[in-house]
Amino acid sequence: MILIFIEVREGKVKKSSLEALSEGKRRADDLNTEANAVLVGHNMESLAHEVLPYGASKVYVVENSLLSHYSAAGFSQALFSLVEDIKPEVILFSASSMGKDLAPRLAAKLGVGLASDCTRTIAKDGKLEVVRPIFAGKAFVTLRFKSSPIMATLRPNVFPLGEPGEKKGEVIRKEVVIPEDQIKAPALEILREKEAEIDVTEAKIVVSGGRGMKGSDNFDLLRDLVSLLPNSAVGASRSAVDAGWIDHQHQVGQTGKTVSPDLYIAFGISGAIQHLAGMSSSKFIVAVNKDSEASIFKVADFGVVGDLFQVIPYLKEELKKITSE
Amino acid sequence: MNIFVLVKRIPDTESKIRINHETGTIVEEGLTFVLNPYDEYAVEEALRLREAGGGKVTVLSVGAEESRIILKKCLAMGADEAFLLKDNTPETYDGLRMAKIIVRALEKKFSDYSILLFGKQSMGTDNAQVPSMVAELLGLPQVNVVTKLEIEGTKGTAHREIEGALEKVSFSLPAVISAQKGLNEPRYETLKGIMMAKKKEIPILSFEDLDLKEEDITPLLEVAKMESPPPRQAGKIIEEEPEKAAKKMVEFLHNEAKVI
Ligand SMILES: Cc1cc2nc3c(=O)[nH]c(=O)nc-3n(C[C@H](O)[C@H](O)[C@H](O)COP(=O)(O)OP(=O)(O)OC[C@H]3O[C@@H](n4cnc5c(N)ncnc54)[C@H](O)[C@@H]3O)c2cc1C
Ligand SMILES: Nc1ncnc2c1ncn2[C@@H]1O[C@H](COP(=O)(O)O)[C@@H](O)[C@H]1O
Repeated sequence: MILIFIEVREGKVKKSSLEALSEGKRRADDLNTEANAVLVGHNMESLAHEVLPYGASKVYVVENSLLSHYSAAGFSQALFSLVEDIKPEVILFSASSMGKDLAPRLAAKLGVGLASDCTRTIAKDGKLEVVRPIFAGKAFVTLRFKSSPIMATLRPNVFPLGEPGEKKGEVIRKEVVIPEDQIKAPALEILREKEAEIDVTEAKIVVSGGRGMKGSDNFDLLRDLVSLLPNSAVGASRSAVDAGWIDHQHQVGQTGKTVSPDLYIAFGISGAIQHLAGMSSSKFIVAVNKDSEASIFKVADFGVVGDLFQVIPYLKEELKKITSE
Repeated sequence: MNIFVLVKRIPDTESKIRINHETGTIVEEGLTFVLNPYDEYAVEEALRLREAGGGKVTVLSVGAEESRIILKKCLAMGADEAFLLKDNTPETYDGLRMAKIIVRALEKKFSDYSILLFGKQSMGTDNAQVPSMVAELLGLPQVNVVTKLEIEGTKGTAHREIEGALEKVSFSLPAVISAQKGLNEPRYETLKGIMMAKKKEIPILSFEDLDLKEEDITPLLEVAKMESPPPRQAGKIIEEEPEKAAKKMVEFLHNEAKVI
């Protein structure tokens, strides 16, 4: 059985964990086994029904009032009891902030190996293997597991979401006992500076600006484009972040975030290796740069050699035309 | 306060990565190694905690002899002591192996820690596993990807970065904290610091010193293959009037990328 952890943030099921479930279901089919999901928290049962259409045979809801706030210690304890009970062969997480925090804690509790931030899973000889990029995507490593259960986190936005189907599975509620002193370092509050924006790691389209943007006000040009594009977010190079033009939350690259959107648009970004590290797994890359020799053009599927300040106004018009159609 | 920082040596991000396909490893020859940038934030935070509340900063790295260079850098930044735990095993991608080694070192040699500082991940292998695993094995609270840290007595609060927001977390010491960019601006080594660091010894520990046997730390992952990325197909690059270029770009987005 493949068990997939379903993440809930502020009452919503995270899409990236449904991607993990979809991938888990595909591999479960290859391996002739079932894919089951697990939600951890408090009062989660209604959310379990949102998960069923993605192919879970069973959705476990592990509940305890102490789990209403996330903590790696508390959540890993809850998952540990379930794993002891149902003995999955594979456990998958999304490599989201929560997945990256929680999966290693659970792996250590179980005493098993964990593969991080995988971009492919393969069923081979009745077992799961995973592939993950290393060194900024300059190499890919295929990993095999020598411990059981197999554990991996999957990079968001890489694995296709399955078509929701019939709700055939069942929801199984489990109460767990967790001593209060096991809840270490609970996340008591979520702080947000602005209106909830889409995070660059979750956006389908990322519109990024670099030093070529020349100043913080000009990032409004990119915000305008984002308002015309569905499910999109503003990204930035480190130079733009270091210049103080935009917050670090938006930085893409080796010391920023790794994104794999359907479309990445780079305005005034040269394409340094550390920047490419964060975005080269994007499905399509478009670049606007006035220097025809810029490295970004080596990875771009479509490039415009030109001045971004001249191109953007026309781009806005063209986008408006298409979105109003 | 007894502050511990765990640091790792990584290939400089500019490095050309070559693969030895026979062994499934990265060729180390010709690489320049540096202190993992996230660990630099951790060292800086340690120094600031000491400056604010007194105590001692100890730095530990597990790795090859050459890791002395990054330990020297930590000493030059202002760390009080540095230790090297020798391990010549090539990268295993198995965070639990490293966590077990670090935990054994802490238990055997440095059990009086008040806080353990890490980087949020080793740049390059990007595992982001060791801090949480160490926390679990020692039964400690963990706060990863921290951009703000406040300690008062034995209590702490931290901000940790999540998608589009920050989580405010409270915990008590001892605890595991992993540093994210934005936590601080690491200082440069001063000439005086470099001179002082030159004089300091870096004691070397071995697995025997820690009663650690190879079978306790056999990797739980195995590298089946290591490959170069498939080359990206050359794209279409145009150089035209802005209006025309914009039109063609939107056509591309619509017809080929199919995102709009
Ligand atoms: C350890 C380390 C980690 C790093 N991590 C990151 C990271 O996470 N993310 C990251 O991005 N970088 C990172 N860097 C920095 C990286 O090396 C580059 O310095 C940075 O990416 C450059 O940003 P840029 O492309 O915006 O600026 P530049 O390299 O200065 O490029 C600006 C580009 O804008 C173009 N331009 C200028 N004006 C216009 C115009 N009017 N119209 C069109 N084009 C124009 C120019 O032709 C040029 O190509 C890191 C570096 C190190 C050493
Ligand atoms: N070999 C090592 N020696 C000391 N600390 C390490 C080592 N490997 C990892 N760490 C610490 O664990 C953090 C996360 O590493 P990783 O889980 O490998 O991404 C690093 O930033 C270091 O602080």
